[in-house]
Amino acid sequence: MSVFEGFRFRHVTSPIHRLDPRVKFLYVLAMFILAVVFTEFFPLLVLFFLQLPFVFVAGVKKEWLRSLRGAAFLATVIFVFNFVFGFFYRTYTGTALLEFSLAMSLRFLVLVESFSVFFLTTSPDHLSLALEQSHVPYEFTFAFTTAVRFVPVLAEEAQTIMDAQKARGLELERGNFLKRVRNYIPILIPLIVSAIRRSLELAEAMESRAWGASPKRTNLYVLKMRANDLVLIALSIMLLAVGVYVRYYVSIPSLSMFLPPLPF
Amino acid sequence: MAAVQAKALTYSYPGGTRPSIRDVSLSIERGEFVILTGPSGCGKTTICRCFNGLIPNFYTGELKGELRVAGLNVSEHPIYEMAKRVGLVFQNPENQLFALSVEKDVAFGLENLGMPRDQIRERVDQALKITGIEELRERAPHELSGGQQQRVAIASVLAMQPEIMIFDEPTSFLDPVGAQRIFEVINDLNKKLGITVILVEHRLDLASRYADHVIIMDAGQIILDGEPREVFNSETARLLGVGIPKAVNLWRLLQENGLVLEGMPVSSEEATRFLREVLKR
Amino acid sequence: MIEVKDVRFTYPTGVEALSGVSLTIEEGEFVAIMGQNGAGKTTLVKHFNGLLKPTKGTVLVDGVSTRDVSVAKLARTVGFVFQNPDHQLFCETVWEEIAFALRNFGFEEAIIEKRVDWALNLLDLIEYRQTSPFMLSGGERKRVALASVLAWDPKVVILDEPTIGQDHRQKENLRQFIVQLNGQGKTVVVVTHDVEFVAECHPRVVLMSAGKIVADGEAKKILTDTTLTSMASIVPPQITQIFLGLNDLGFPSDVIDVSEAKRVLFDYLVRSGR
Repeated sequence: MSVFEGFRFRHVTSPIHRLDPRVKFLYVLAMFILAVVFTEFFPLLVLFFLQLPFVFVAGVKKEWLRSLRGAAFLATVIFVFNFVFGFFYRTYTGTALLEFSLAMSLRFLVLVESFSVFFLTTSPDHLSLALEQSHVPYEFTFAFTTAVRFVPVLAEEAQTIMDAQKARGLELERGNFLKRVRNYIPILIPLIVSAIRRSLELAEAMESRAWGASPKRTNLYVLKMRANDLVLIALSIMLLAVGVYVRYYVSIPSLSMFLPPLPF
Repeated sequence: MAAVQAKALTYSYPGGTRPSIRDVSLSIERGEFVILTGPSGCGKTTICRCFNGLIPNFYTGELKGELRVAGLNVSEHPIYEMAKRVGLVFQNPENQLFALSVEKDVAFGLENLGMPRDQIRERVDQALKITGIEELRERAPHELSGGQQQRVAIASVLAMQPEIMIFDEPTSFLDPVGAQRIFEVINDLNKKLGITVILVEHRLDLASRYADHVIIMDAGQIILDGEPREVFNSETARLLGVGIPKAVNLWRLLQENGLVLEGMPVSSEEATRFLREVLKR
Repeated sequence: MIEVKDVRFTYPTGVEALSGVSLTIEEGEFVAIMGQNGAGKTTLVKHFNGLLKPTKGTVLVDGVSTRDVSVAKLARTVGFVFQNPDHQLFCETVWEEIAFALRNFGFEEAIIEKRVDWALNLLDLIEYRQTSPFMLSGGERKRVALASVLAWDPKVVILDEPTIGQDHRQKENLRQFIVQLNGQGKTVVVVTHDVEFVAECHPRVVLMSAGKIVADGEAKKILTDTTLTSMASIVPPQITQIFLGLNDLGFPSDVIDVSEAKRVLFDYLVRSGR
């Protein structure tokens, strides 16, 4: 699914990739807050374009565009919903209605895209390290990294199971909806059983490598904040401050200033 | 002091109708290279799990009898305590690697032990070097071949510097060339680092040349225990249906048909050598 | 009856697994496809039942291109026993498991009854008729997988790495069983890297390396050719290794099994008057 493509990590490095994930998360949080604070079109447009420098510096333009394409459908749905509801309930009229609906779909895009950039530029390894250092209990971080580690393995296994059952005459593409769902049982059961067996083996291996030996677990790597991280922290705080100020003290130009009056 | 000392060990898995191992007594000296083999279901996997404490600490149920491994009584110590002295490498390489890079996997056990960072780094580097996978350091486990994955698993156990290492059918999923490489690594661990090795294997053709002690089990009991040549030469071994090296089979066949022969080869090189001597006579 | 015509296959990831493979397998043949992990063996046999369709080239099964027929239809003729039985077991009882494919193929209930019992008997699984397949041991599960394929009596049986994780006796039983199957007229294709297993049954050997077929012929000739075996990264059988070291004494080098080795050695000794 192309929406997920935008979230998958690739093996590249850039200054954005090297930023501390905690700091990146802070930035995303700032974006999140600002996106929620504003309901006006232009500020949200500005927020949206704020993502672009990160995308270009990180070299993840292709994947980012792909996630944008995936999100486009939902964004259109949000636009239509807001427009239609607004029209019938008369909460807004004219250009204000258009502006509001556009703003809402833009807000959705800003939220999705800032997270997308985050995940595209943060390796799962880096992320788990950040979680650990943020004092998240190790069990959760471990569950997270192990899950990520086994995603390709499970995907391959699902394919093998499908092949094995197809080779026994199972037809996955024919039949009505109900039949098709039932036909997935021969795929799901072996997959689940295999996952259970696998987790038992993993548990054995973990125990055999001294899992739980020390309450204070050390780490091969440590995240250190560097100059770039401090810059991003400062930037995030600044943006947040400016944004809140603009929202409450500055009058924001509305789209109706640029459009002729509309018939609705 | 023996590396492993077992007396009258008996164990049933919870819910099991009969014991997986019955009255098992054995003794393994430090520095030995032991091959443990036997038909499927004979109890070899169970006994490996006793050696590192998975039984009785992870798998509940009563472990009867006495078992001392590296001087410790397994029933009295938690598994992480045993892990510092006994390492266990499992059959499926995929399910022993949890991290997203080889380096992190090898460091896993040491991180669990709470070791200081520079010590971890040193040990990781060393383990990668000994197993010959230094260039795979940054790779993700999914990108590696089965043989490479298994070497990572070995490195990650080796990093904990145990005195005893157990390998439970480590080459099951590998092709013969990959299997041979693993046996060479294991042999290095034994001959160069002095680690006591217990190798559970079916592929005796490839592995017997390294062993100085062979134990054959069947239906939960030890049937044969001794020097490789003796054990492979015995009629009992043949009747058990264990995969005796072809070199041994050939030798026996020749002897049965009247040829007077001395000695017993366990590997193809030895067989060639012995045959040359016989034929020159 | 299986014709592979200059097939090339590239996975969606971009890896070219088959680079121009041509092969013909006649009815009733016993073929071992060998080579190291990654040589393309499994990729090749997956073309035989249509699981994979060639990127270039054609695969014909009984004269029909695999591109024109569904996998389910091809499976009726070409049975495929996968390496890991746990990738197919999902039913509540062994009986159900074996009946699964028969139901998919549209057999009548009365015939299904008979066929399942026949398969259970064939593989010594009658006592497990009503047992859950998940309760069985590894070796038993492998037999259930095999039974479930043989139940619909396909003309061709493909076994993908059937010896993995098996002990010596299980391999012996399997070997005898496969030879028996072949003796009954079934075309048997075994994908394996287990040379010792192959050495004892003398099938036609198709040796693969890096997506190409590098040799095709008698087991005896191929497994004893050290240039070929090192190119394909497989290890020659132990007996062959022994005889390689005796080459200079005038021994033939194409010996692969124990009984022939004995015969050759005795002949030599008799000839030299001992």
